[in-house]
Amino acid sequence: MSTPARSRWLHHGVAALAALALLWLVFNLWMAGQALVAVGALAFGSVALVVYGTATSVAWKYLFPGVAGMLLFVVFPLVYTVQIGFTNYSSAHLLTEERSRQYLLDQNLVDEARARPYTLHAEGSAHRLRLAPGEAGGEPLLSPPLDLRAPPATPVVMAPEAATTPANTIGPALDLKAVIAQREGLQRLALQLPGGERVQYAGLREFGPIEPLWTARPDGALVQTGSGRVFVPNRETGYFESAGADGEVERISPGFTVGIGFANYSRMLLDADFRGPFVSIFIWTVMFSGLTVLLSTALGMSLAVLLEWEGLKHRTLYRTLLFLPYAVPGFISILVWKGLFNQNFGEINAILDAVFGVRPAWFAEPLLAKMMILIVNTWLGYPYIMILCAGLIKAIPSDLYEASALAGASPWTNFWKITAPLIARPLTPLLISAFAFNFNNFVLISLLTDGRPDFLNTKLPAGTTDILVSYTYRIAFTDSGQNFGLAAAISTLIFLLVAVMALVQLRFTNSPEGRR
Amino acid sequence: MPIVTGKKQRWRAWAAHGALWVLLAFTLFPLLAVVSISLRPGNFATGSIIPTQISFEHWQLALGIPVTNADGSVTQPPFPVLLWLWNSIKIATISAFLIVAISTTAAYAFARLRFAHKQLILNSMLLLQMFPVAVALVAIYAIFEGIGTQVPWLGIETHAGLIVAYLGGVAMHIWTIKGYFETIPVEIEENAKVDGATHWQTFRHVLLPMAVPILMVVFVLAFIGTIIEYPVASILLREEPNLTLAVGSKFYLYEQRYLWGDFAAAAVLSGLPITLVFLLAQRWIVSGLTAGGVKG
Repeated sequence: MSTPARSRWLHHGVAALAALALLWLVFNLWMAGQALVAVGALAFGSVALVVYGTATSVAWKYLFPGVAGMLLFVVFPLVYTVQIGFTNYSSAHLLTEERSRQYLLDQNLVDEARARPYTLHAEGSAHRLRLAPGEAGGEPLLSPPLDLRAPPATPVVMAPEAATTPANTIGPALDLKAVIAQREGLQRLALQLPGGERVQYAGLREFGPIEPLWTARPDGALVQTGSGRVFVPNRETGYFESAGADGEVERISPGFTVGIGFANYSRMLLDADFRGPFVSIFIWTVMFSGLTVLLSTALGMSLAVLLEWEGLKHRTLYRTLLFLPYAVPGFISILVWKGLFNQNFGEINAILDAVFGVRPAWFAEPLLAKMMILIVNTWLGYPYIMILCAGLIKAIPSDLYEASALAGASPWTNFWKITAPLIARPLTPLLISAFAFNFNNFVLISLLTDGRPDFLNTKLPAGTTDILVSYTYRIAFTDSGQNFGLAAAISTLIFLLVAVMALVQLRFTNSPEGRR
Repeated sequence: MPIVTGKKQRWRAWAAHGALWVLLAFTLFPLLAVVSISLRPGNFATGSIIPTQISFEHWQLALGIPVTNADGSVTQPPFPVLLWLWNSIKIATISAFLIVAISTTAAYAFARLRFAHKQLILNSMLLLQMFPVAVALVAIYAIFEGIGTQVPWLGIETHAGLIVAYLGGVAMHIWTIKGYFETIPVEIEENAKVDGATHWQTFRHVLLPMAVPILMVVFVLAFIGTIIEYPVASILLREEPNLTLAVGSKFYLYEQRYLWGDFAAAAVLSGLPITLVFLLAQRWIVSGLTAGGVKG
């Protein structure tokens, strides 16, 4: 009798604990300024609690992890990418406006004119710090013995050296190496001078008064210390800006992330400097995926037909060997090809040189580089098509071939009148998905040519063998600008194209059961 | 099927064999070349494809053993290949295990339980899987950078973060397991329910033991899929000791430091086991392929 009751109490206890843990996490995230993440965590956590804590739905108890994983790492990145595409998020606009303001407010300036040189003197395990007169004068000052491993949090009161101890009682000044060893403690130290002025660590030789470079105004603007110029956040350009006397607008780095509407998209379409290479890359992407599918289908289908022919011996051996390119991990075989095609050290050019006396520059000539990519990708892609076709050919009733044999038809006629028409329909959706896959075949381009050779005289580096997705990777992760916003806008465009391909594929497949 | 073996037929057979041999040369050339290069002394092509002199220096370096050259100088291994292999295997094993766990439970729900919008959810999952992860790299990077500020062990440059990132790719596996579950007669589970078993008990003690073969297949598929994954790993992992094999291998072939022979040995060393696993699992992979999956 007591067991169900106890397990129910246990159940409630665990649920309550989980709820508390969730609230604690959300609270911490919120306080850390991660409002969006906090809301996301709250939503996910509460759904998880409802699913597992109550008896509402048995099915969702099983479904939740998979669906949550897809939402978090497939759907959310998609949505987030689209959103980034409408912003200027880049290495120059990395932070939010508040974080960027906070960063600037944390910047300090040492007043060099009032800085004073210092020396450090050991006294047992403690240290005394002596400030010599600076450029602005002042008498020598001495600190009480300090434990620099745990420096005091309150400012240390400095006393005139003459009033505390005779100069000869403190030890000799420590050398630079010993000072460096104490640097961490020194950096946390604040010294109060007799006049009330405070000085802080300003390098290995000086302590000086430190002033913030900027002060915040209640309306969000920043005032520059010294000049008193006001920098107002401009939410269109993403910078703190100030118009100078001559009308010139001065901006301070770092800027912050702001929404810029369709600017990234209009750049793709309207900026002539950008549009040129972008259109070439788009055309090459389509050609690359189309030709790859065409070549590997031609090769793979012929092999499948040939290997179905019963008159041929050793068919299993052929099939296994021809399947090998598919079994070798792509990142290895692509790099092997890259080495074999190397202009100076590669085996392919060694053979071509010996036989024809030529050494083509596979990685420097755009046309040759494209040919090389197609050769390698055909090598990588034909086994997949071969297997698909072999499976489809097996499903063709053999009496069709028997009938045609009685009529005395040639293998050629057999292929065009029986095999091809019967496998075309089930093969089409699979070829579309192969096209979509190659359209985004980032691994091949990235490992084989990295998009090179580059177009000459473009503002953003762009490669003649880049496909759209490797181009976005370049814009986002390798070039100095790290323009995430622009990259995300191009990615959004790719999403739309993939969505179209997916819809076309669905039309050909009709129902998912048809895929089996 | 009646086959008349005439003279024409024999010619055709010879022609077919000839064509296949030419193709086999094209197919096997890079694979054989890389084995031969790994046994050839030096890092540059010396003209002959078949090595005239066998040297194990590249293999020693790939296995992390320093090589003493003829002039007495010592060459240190250029990259920690075995560490990378270990990273790859560790990440792939944990990810594959979690992927199997997640997809099995979800597949059970799809195959056996009733809930609203079942077909819609399943179709959207399959459709979403068509969007390549390589396109959303910016967002994935930003997400893990954000996570890292709160939970450092899940952020950029961590293996745990990478494993978590791989957990989104489950739709294909759910589909495969669901198909298998549907071939198992539902009566056995109904009997268990009549005997008083709960959903979880029938799933855990009745259905799972019968589904072990497909779970192993999905494990191998997920394992291979993760071990060859390059885009996400290349943005989340940057430091040399942290890399997986897929990310690290390309460092051998930089123009400034071209280590062709060393690469060949490392490639054979790491590629051979993965290839063998793939060939052994080929039968199931092929049936998975016709379900619409594409190798990444």
